[in-house]
Amino acid sequence: MDTLVAQYSKPMFEKENYSQDDQMELYQAAPSLSLRFAMPPVAQPSAWLRAATDDNANPNCPIKIAHGTTTLAFRFQGGIIVATDSRATAGNWIASQTVKKVIEINNCLLGTMAGGAADCQYWLAYLGMQCRLHELRHKRRISVAAASKILANLVYSYKGMGLSMGTMCAGVTPSEGPALYYIDSDGTRLAGNLFCVGSGQTFAYGVLDAEYKYDMTEEEALALGSRSILAATHRDAYSGGFINLYHVKEDGWVKHGFSDTAPIFWKTKLEKGEFSNVTSELV
Amino acid sequence: MAAMFSQNPLMNGPNYSFNQAPSTSSGGNKEHAFYPYTDNGGSTLAISGSDFTIIAGDTRSTSGYSINTRFQPKVFKIGGTTSAQDDATLVLSVVGFAADGEALKERLDTIVKMYRYQHGKPMSVKACAQRLSTILYGKRFFPYYVTAILGGLDEEGKGAIYSYDPVGSYEREQCRAAGAAASLIMPFLDNQVNFKNQYMPGSGVGHELQEREKIPLKINEVEDLVKDAFDSAVERHIEVGDGLQMFVITKSGIEVIYKALKKD
Repeated sequence: MDTLVAQYSKPMFEKENYSQDDQMELYQAAPSLSLRFAMPPVAQPSAWLRAATDDNANPNCPIKIAHGTTTLAFRFQGGIIVATDSRATAGNWIASQTVKKVIEINNCLLGTMAGGAADCQYWLAYLGMQCRLHELRHKRRISVAAASKILANLVYSYKGMGLSMGTMCAGVTPSEGPALYYIDSDGTRLAGNLFCVGSGQTFAYGVLDAEYKYDMTEEEALALGSRSILAATHRDAYSGGFINLYHVKEDGWVKHGFSDTAPIFWKTKLEKGEFSNVTSELV
Repeated sequence: MAAMFSQNPLMNGPNYSFNQAPSTSSGGNKEHAFYPYTDNGGSTLAISGSDFTIIAGDTRSTSGYSINTRFQPKVFKIGGTTSAQDDATLVLSVVGFAADGEALKERLDTIVKMYRYQHGKPMSVKACAQRLSTILYGKRFFPYYVTAILGGLDEEGKGAIYSYDPVGSYEREQCRAAGAAASLIMPFLDNQVNFKNQYMPGSGVGHELQEREKIPLKINEVEDLVKDAFDSAVERHIEVGDGLQMFVITKSGIEVIYKALKKD
C-alpha cells in the first residue's frame, strides 16, 4: 500500500523530462527483459480494467479485446495432433477469420491460443524466449514439462489481474516422448492425453471422445482433429473460418494446412453423409 | 524469478476470472470513477498489393455528437530522419482515442528512429510490427484505446500490413478496416479485395459453382476502392467524413493524397 501511495502521490509535473527508465527504453533497441507494465492510477486496477475491457461483464465497455475459439490437441501413438479454428470475435463482431491460433514456440514446441489473443501471443513468445535461454544455458532442449511450468508460474504471478488465456503446450522430447500440457490463466496446469479448449470445446470433445483411440494411424488422427474442429465451427457461433492442423513428431512439428471450413463441410456432408440435419438443396 | 514481477503488486480487490458469470453494475448510484478515454470516432483502412501498400484514414475528429475539427490526421509516417519524415518507409494509422494514438505514434517513432541510428539502416516492417505489439502489450493493464494498423513494404518488396487490437495481438493481412465504420467497410473489402463470395459466371449452380480467381489488384484500382469505401461510410456513419488522407507506399517513397469527403 505504501508503495502504491508513493507511486501515485508525486506532484503531477515533477517529471519534466524523460525519466531514467524512459531513456533506457530509448537507448535499447530491443525491449528490456524485465516485465514492467503500465498501471492505471487507481486503487484497484483489476476492477478498472474489467470495466474498460471485459465485454462479458460490461457489454458497453469501450475497449473490445478479441476472444472466442475452439482449439484441441491429443496424444496418439504417432505423436501429437494440434488443431484449431481461426475466428476472432469482439462482442458479436467477427474481428478476423484468419487468426493463427497455433503458435510456433520453436521448431519442436507448439502452443495454442484461446482467450485473449494478445495475452496468448505475448506470453507464448515470451515462453519461446525463455526456452531458448534454457537451451543456451543447459546445452539441451527444454522439456515440455519445464516449459509449461514456466508459463504456469508466470500467469499465476498475474492471477486476479485480468489475464485471460487457455493454452496447450505440445512437444516431443527424447526424455518425455510426446507430452501435452494444459495451462490456463487461473494457474491450472494439467498433463493429459487429450484436451479441447475454448467456447467450442464441448462440441469438439463430443467428436473427439467418441472416436479417439491411442493406436490410431497418422491419417486417422489428422482426420479426427480436423473433424472435431469442423463439428465445433458448425455449432459454436464464436468458432469458424479455417482449420489449422499440425502434427508434432520427435524431430519437430509438421504443418498440415490452413483450410477453409466451407468446402470441408460440404465434402464431409455430401461424401460421407454426415451433418444430415443440414439440407443440401440450394434452391 | 519473483523479483522480476515485483513491479506488478497483486491487488487487494476481488479476485477475478473471465469464466465468472457477468455482474453488470446497472442501476443504483453511480460512483465517481476514472474515465481516461474519449472515443474520437473516424475510420482507417489499409490494403496491400504486390508492390505497394495503401493506408488511408478520414480526418474528422468527434467527441459524442460534436465535431472537434475537420482535419486531424490519423495516419502518420514513422521513423524518418527528420521531423518532416521525408525518408520514412513505414506508416502507422491509429483510430480510437486520438491522444492515446498520438502518444503511441510518438513512442513508436522515437524507437524506430533510435533503431535507425544504432543499426545504420531503417527498421523492417516485420521488426517494427513485433515491436509495436510489445509496446501495446506493455500497457496491457492500462491499455492505449487505439486500433493500430502498420504498413510498409516487406524484405521482398511486397506490400505488407499488420493489424492490431488495443493490447497488441497482431496479424499480417491483405486488407483491414478499423475504427467506427469498420463494420461497414470490412465486408465491402472482403468482397472486392479478397473476392469472398464471388463466383465464376456460368460455372454452374449450387455445389458446382467455381470461386472467382484471386488476382492481385493494381494500384489505381485500390485507390478507387479506398475512395468508394470512404464515400459509402460517410453516407451511413456520423463520425466519418470531412477529408480523406491516403498514404501510398511504393519503393520510390510515400505519396500522400488528400481527397475531400462530405462535410455534413
